[in-house]
Amino acid sequence: MAEPTRGGSLAAYRTILRARMRAQASYRISFATDLLGTLLVGLTELAEVWVIYHNVPLLGGLDFAAALLVFGVTNICFAAADLVVGHLDTVPSLVRAGTIDAFYVRPLSLLGQLVTSDISLRRIGRLTVGIVVLAIAWSAAGVAPTLTNATLLGLALVSGTAIFAGLFTIAAGLQFFLIDGREFTNSFVYGGSYAAQQSSLVYPPPVRVLFTFVVPSAFVGYLPAIALIGLPGGPIADPAWAWWSPLAALAVWVAAALAWRSGTTHYQGGGG
Amino acid sequence: MSTPSIDVHELTRIYRRRGSALTAVDRMTFTIEPGESVGYIGANGAGKSTTIKMLTGILRPTSGTVRTCGLDPQRRRQDVARRIGVVFGQRSQLWWDLPLAESFAILGSIHRLDAATTRARTDELVERLEMGPTLATPVRQLSLGQRMRAEIAAALLHRPQLLVLDEPTIGLDVLSKQRLREFLRDQRAAYGTTLLLTTHDMGDIERLCERVLLVDHGRLAFDGTLSGLAATVSARRVLVVDLAAPCADLVDIPGTEHLGSEAEGLRQRLALAAGRRVGAGVSIAQVLATIAERAEVRDLTVEEPDIEDVVRRVYAASRDLP
Repeated sequence: MAEPTRGGSLAAYRTILRARMRAQASYRISFATDLLGTLLVGLTELAEVWVIYHNVPLLGGLDFAAALLVFGVTNICFAAADLVVGHLDTVPSLVRAGTIDAFYVRPLSLLGQLVTSDISLRRIGRLTVGIVVLAIAWSAAGVAPTLTNATLLGLALVSGTAIFAGLFTIAAGLQFFLIDGREFTNSFVYGGSYAAQQSSLVYPPPVRVLFTFVVPSAFVGYLPAIALIGLPGGPIADPAWAWWSPLAALAVWVAAALAWRSGTTHYQGGGG
Repeated sequence: MSTPSIDVHELTRIYRRRGSALTAVDRMTFTIEPGESVGYIGANGAGKSTTIKMLTGILRPTSGTVRTCGLDPQRRRQDVARRIGVVFGQRSQLWWDLPLAESFAILGSIHRLDAATTRARTDELVERLEMGPTLATPVRQLSLGQRMRAEIAAALLHRPQLLVLDEPTIGLDVLSKQRLREFLRDQRAAYGTTLLLTTHDMGDIERLCERVLLVDHGRLAFDGTLSGLAATVSARRVLVVDLAAPCADLVDIPGTEHLGSEAEGLRQRLALAAGRRVGAGVSIAQVLATIAERAEVRDLTVEEPDIEDVVRRVYAASRDLP
């Protein structure tokens, strides 16, 4: 019996993912409507930002262009995380169907199997909205095209995606305990995503602390945006902190690892 | 000495929910050697599934130790998974929206078999289980019997040392059951695969298992052969005779015990002595001959001891103990 190699598992995941994509591609109409759906969700949220700024010139220290920058970065990160691990919130139904038990008796990591059990290509719709908005906002907000700014943006996109992916994983870990807890876990995943689209300054300080140091969604869009544009920020909202976004992502991942580990340890099997 | 396929020592699992505790498996100890074929039986909720979940690494024991193929399934779940095949009757390990053939290809890749090995092994299993016509069918469209054969093929693809089957024949018709049992016997003969199966079907045990483990309230109530189990509780076959004319009760027929009569003795029920053969050197032919001397036999049936009945009797006997 050959000893396991990492290349071996990667090949297995590739095979699984290819099969998943083929399965999705075989339902063309449903795929097209799903894609359109996520595109519309992205556009609706964009319209919301536009409506707000149609009425007020500044909100939480951000003008329309700056808000678009925050919106673009946040949406790219959320859609990318959603694409890769968004289906982790199906843990309860997988538990009920016994699919998780089947995962346990295969020689692959549980999380790896869960992540590759689906790939939500339809989320490309929202990703596209994010990319287009970011491109427009970048020039509208007058961000200088320097190497420093490009690095900061890259850092923000990677860390932001990691933060959302971590939040999804925490939710999945908790759902081993709370089989009917999807509403609860959704509230902080989607709540975190919504919070990330706002300026930290619209929140009173306790809430600002929450969305900076507990659910670090401020690190996804707002802090990088004010750093890129050169805005001053405010109390508990320092643009220099934007460079620390990888640290915020790391903290979320530590929490995610703990939640996942305790969830799978607590697992009692799918009944029967 | 070779490593046991399963080695369980003082294994205990307690479920705790909202303050109440339920001991599903209670200090269980047993060993299964490579190549053995073991039936794991007991009433619903006796702790069968819980034990299997601990053997396969799904569930963490509360206390005691489990070794599956010599490994701790909690610490080395993936290594254990490479060495065992598992079929949960109610849970699929196939990809329901893909053609069946793709599930085998994916599982081959998961078990790191090269393409040629996967194909050769798939061909062998497909031929033996007569699944050729269903290979291109999406799994969700398979009948129960087809799916169960596919599940077993999937569990055997990587040639596991140990095959764990949870209710493999549930819901299958008589012919499908028989074919499946034959296939499993052949696989054992060919590869020396260790077999552990939970079942409610006496036929599965009779035709597949040399050894029976009976679990009651999380404890091992019996460990031995099936005939030994039947003997311990004197589970008996019952001979039912329909006679041509009313007849006095057929008491004192050697090798039997009269259980009762209906319709003025037109139908009579006689328990045959315990075990697979009629005891005390009396054959069933002799029993019938003795009856024929007294009355004309129109029809007869033999009722096999029911597994549920055997289990109930063992349970009842163990309750009577101080």
